Amino acid sequence: MTIPISYYLILSAIVFLTGVVGVLIRRNIIAILLSVELMLNATNINFVAFSEYLQDLGGQVFVFFALTVAAAEVAVGLAIIIALQRSKETINVEDFNLLKW
Amino acid sequence: MAQLLFGYFAGMIAVTAILVVALRNPVYSALSLLVMFFHVAGLFITLHAEFLAAVQIIVYAGAILVLYLFVVMILNVRQDDRYHSQWRLAGFVCIPLLIETIMLLSAGGKSMNSGDRPRQSEPLDALATDNTRAIGETLFSTYLFPFEVASLVLLVAMIGAIVLAKRDIGGSETKPLTQPAGAE
Repeated sequence: MTIPISYYLILSAIVFLTGVVGVLIRRNIIAILLSVELMLNATNINFVAFSEYLQDLGGQVFVFFALTVAAAEVAVGLAIIIALQRSKETINVEDFNLLKW
Repeated sequence: MAQLLFGYFAGMIAVTAILVVALRNPVYSALSLLVMFFHVAGLFITLHAEFLAAVQIIVYAGAILVLYLFVVMILNVRQDDRYHSQWRLAGFVCIPLLIETIMLLSAGGKSMNSGDRPRQSEPLDALATDNTRAIGETLFSTYLFPFEVASLVLLVAMIGAIVLAKRDIGGSETKPLTQPAGAE
């Protein structure tokens, strides 16, 4: 009747790998940030699944903290994107080579 | 029933996660991420984490994704048909909400007497009965210091976002993005 923990781990791995692939192959900065959100949600699924499996509330509390960090990351990341778009009029990562050498 | 719900939520999460990466328009990516957030909330309800499901919908779908959509609308505005055929998206958002409501209503009736966790029920009774209360007690007793650090992280992020988006500002058309109230 109940779902084994490995199913949740497989689902979380699929979502996390999708996020990694999205970060690697997308050229739009906003799409890259959305893929980072995918990875954060994969870890959240993992945390809640283990919290239910081990009957420990610490996992859910850590999801709460991960959500806080995600909100901070989105605020700073979108502010950086807006600053970049003001300075160079594009949001394609191919056009930014300021930190390359 | 549990396998059916898990299969539905997991399948939709996997499909919409792939759609987030595969779709070319960032608006469509953000909207499929919205659908994924609602299904992740449904998965949280099946895992008896009702408080996190509500927070997932409120914070992720209500705050973070709206911020994404604001930035997408501000930055790359192209004239295409991105506003049409929204009924499918509304359906995909409403179906998990409906399932979550049904599950919450059905779980509220039967968790009073018997409880649906047979193993080690008596020491962790707070986990079964009232998820929000249990999380609050854990958060403000064991994890009090990380909680305060999280508030500091949010403060630093808010100041950083304001400073980054306000620098060398020309026109005032994007100013309400990071300073919504009381800026002027």
